[in-house]
Amino acid sequence: MLLLISLVTFGIFFWLPKLAGQTTDQLAASYVGKAPTAEAIQATKERLGLDKPVVVQYGHYLKGIVAGEDFKAGPVTDHCPAPCLGYSFRTSQPVLPTLMDRAPATLGLAIGAAIVWLIVGVSTGVVSALKRGSIWDRAAMVVALSGVSLPIYFTGLVSLALFSYKLGIFPGGGSYVGFSQNPLTWFESLVLPWITLAFLYAAMYARLTRAGMLETMNEDYIRTARAKGLPEKTVITKHALRASLTPILTIFGLDFGLLIGGAVLTENTFSIPGLGQLAISSIGTGDLPMVLGVTTLAATFIVVINLIVDLLYAIIDPRVRLG
Amino acid sequence: MNGVRLHMNKMRPIAALAAGALAAAGLAACGGGDSGGSGSGPGYNAAVNKVVNASDKKGGTLRLAMSDDFDSPDPGNQYYAWDQNFSRFYGRGLMTFKPAAGDDSKTIIPDLATAPGQSSDGAKTWTYKLRTGVKFSDGTPVTSKDVKYAVERSNFTDEMQLGPKYFKTYLVDNKPSYKGPYKDKSDEGLKSIETPDDNTIVFHLSKPFSEFDDLVAMSQTIPVPKAKDTGLKYESSIVSSGPYKVDNYTRGKSMTLSRNPYWDPSTDPIRKALPDKIELQLKQNADDIDNRLLAGSLDMDVAGVGVQAGTQPKVLTPQQKPYTDNPIQGYLRFMSLNQHVKPLDNIHCRNAVQYATDKVAAQTAYGGPLAGGDVATTILPPTVDGYRKFDLFPQKQAAGGNGLDDATLAKAKQELAACGKPTGFSTKISARSDRPKEVAMAQAIQQSLKKVGINVSIVQWPAGDYFNKYVGVPNYVHQHGVGMMLMAWAADWPTGYGFLSQIVDGRAIKPSGGNNLAEEDNPKVNAALDQAIASTDKATRTKLYGDIDQMVMQDAVEVPLIYAKALLYRPKRVTNVGITAGYGGMYDYLNMGVEK
Repeated sequence: MLLLISLVTFGIFFWLPKLAGQTTDQLAASYVGKAPTAEAIQATKERLGLDKPVVVQYGHYLKGIVAGEDFKAGPVTDHCPAPCLGYSFRTSQPVLPTLMDRAPATLGLAIGAAIVWLIVGVSTGVVSALKRGSIWDRAAMVVALSGVSLPIYFTGLVSLALFSYKLGIFPGGGSYVGFSQNPLTWFESLVLPWITLAFLYAAMYARLTRAGMLETMNEDYIRTARAKGLPEKTVITKHALRASLTPILTIFGLDFGLLIGGAVLTENTFSIPGLGQLAISSIGTGDLPMVLGVTTLAATFIVVINLIVDLLYAIIDPRVRLG
Repeated sequence: MNGVRLHMNKMRPIAALAAGALAAAGLAACGGGDSGGSGSGPGYNAAVNKVVNASDKKGGTLRLAMSDDFDSPDPGNQYYAWDQNFSRFYGRGLMTFKPAAGDDSKTIIPDLATAPGQSSDGAKTWTYKLRTGVKFSDGTPVTSKDVKYAVERSNFTDEMQLGPKYFKTYLVDNKPSYKGPYKDKSDEGLKSIETPDDNTIVFHLSKPFSEFDDLVAMSQTIPVPKAKDTGLKYESSIVSSGPYKVDNYTRGKSMTLSRNPYWDPSTDPIRKALPDKIELQLKQNADDIDNRLLAGSLDMDVAGVGVQAGTQPKVLTPQQKPYTDNPIQGYLRFMSLNQHVKPLDNIHCRNAVQYATDKVAAQTAYGGPLAGGDVATTILPPTVDGYRKFDLFPQKQAAGGNGLDDATLAKAKQELAACGKPTGFSTKISARSDRPKEVAMAQAIQQSLKKVGINVSIVQWPAGDYFNKYVGVPNYVHQHGVGMMLMAWAADWPTGYGFLSQIVDGRAIKPSGGNNLAEEDNPKVNAALDQAIASTDKATRTKLYGDIDQMVMQDAVEVPLIYAKALLYRPKRVTNVGITAGYGGMYDYLNMGVEK
């Protein structure tokens, strides 16, 4: 699967531009700087291997993954051990260590936000469903509507302006530090991003949960459970919510997988040096190996998370186990 | 990736109200921040011509941020003005721009050298003496060999491709051609740079170049010890020769500088080295940078291109305006008229375009006087040596703000008649598709030219391919009839030669990737450029640059549109703040400090 993804991604970034008419000279010129001379372009083509056929470049990429790669930086040669995803065309940094350096920030952001949105979103959805038509229900859905309507770069900047620069409750943008560096500062710097990101997703999950719960609560087996005299709490948590969770879990797997591949808007709004920020930056500068690396890593996350989600189905839904 | 998947069936009024209220609250909050709230700052544009908040107070941390990253922090592999401005914290080139504001900031003064270069052989040989006692951050002494090595690696290796290649262009080459120190392991290296002793360096040029002091003011003469050079990896292990050493640089994240214990202030009369520490955050959200500047939690946006559009109203309030500057940035935005695309091969048709292009409309499209710039009438901007104020194609606006007045349009029509196109003609105008302001400018020009019957269709190409694939390729321009091309230009050093040599010299016309889009190849212009750069008398050069500007304008091949300006903000905590023309109209970072 990952091999296929790498092949497709490589094709998109290295082969398609050629089909669209881009010459290797034009590609190389974009890595030369402000004043690309013919001599500089030629030297860059040779240094980055752009003068070779795309198939050979892909073979070189795969070879790096299984056998590592040497990078000549001038007077010194850097060795990138397997699995080597190559070197950045733009910064000459090895791709995999760069991704690994960025991944903790994205993971911290995604996990924290996921916890917040699951707790807030699912519980809000349940309560809204149980109190359908009430003030609570309407208020919750209005907030949910706001959450899905407002883009993160807006809510993020507004929350920074209000809670950081006006009220001084949370640290401002650019305050992120690694967990190992200072756990308390790490936590403080992520509270606003968590809330901002969770605001969007919690709203969606609240609406999903509400819809699911409303449907489930009308099922015959819920009526049966109540007729058998089960306490309402047990009916809701064990029978209704559990059944409603299956589609939510499916969507959660996709959302979470995508997020840990890079929460682009949140990371850029709060200046968090994660994979999303790296992805945008690499796309903007046409740094093909780095874009390829981020895409492959994101795809890996999505595959793994969906595998975990498939396994979790069996825990949540007994019918899957029986099947 | 963040995203929204659900779609609402219906947005009820209450929800819309709630969203609106939230938005309003947010906008109100955006207006917060009270740094400099007294409104009694040094004044609007105070730092344009003098250094404000002057201080010698040491200590504290200077907190800087940037929405992007260095092209490279390696002084031998960088080009951008802010890089060159910033790298002087940790590196000392032979010469540098005087830390000052206004015209004074264009003065080149000795840094690692003891005096300006001594020229001989008709400005083909330049000799510099280095200061004694200067040490790298590892404690080893800086010698002329380290400067020579820095120039060799930055200009002659395949790896270092991000910086300019002026030294390679002007220095006498070896025979056979020198391949740079990574391939040529000989001790002699490039023969045209001699180091007779540890404190002397001599450059031999292939032709006279009287502004060589400007070239050695570039970061490429910042010394690099050969033993510590790791090529493209050097940016992560820079050996400092300035007052600060690089403690940490992580691409896309940050750079931290602290005092270089081996820096001796007695060897460095131009640096104050005030802060104890300098922190530079990279890849920060541009809007958030502005908010942090206003809130006082950040000291400077080192990009030097001004606050974001959304921030402009906030810094123009009576409280904040005294902390802003609106300098000319040394950029000219202009339109080249290609002389080989009919009917623009006829000077009268070009003259007609000069008169009928509504520059005020172009200025408005680019952001107005504050964020766009001043209406331009010359090729050289006012901050470049050689600028002379003149206007060969004067325009007047009609009363009521309805574009150019009848008299100006009548002149355009007269020129069209003289060109044999009394009813006008058709051509194309190009702009960079990913620069919406430039596209808007093209639209404004399109509208104004239409009034005299010149019908232009707009063609757009991405900035990355603009010069290499389209407008910089004469054959393409001729074949596709692209008569008018929008572009912007700034000098690598603030003199007429630094500005003009790539855009109006006929010998700068290239098969692709060129910047002389008009294909101006006037022998008199070419000769005047040669004469100027060979002249060791600055006054003569300055006069010649003004003459060249006038000659090119008489050819009517360039339509100057605006002298670019930016709205910059200086928090009140920052000391020694002045606009430097040496680095294109941004603040000079060299002697910045902070009030504790």
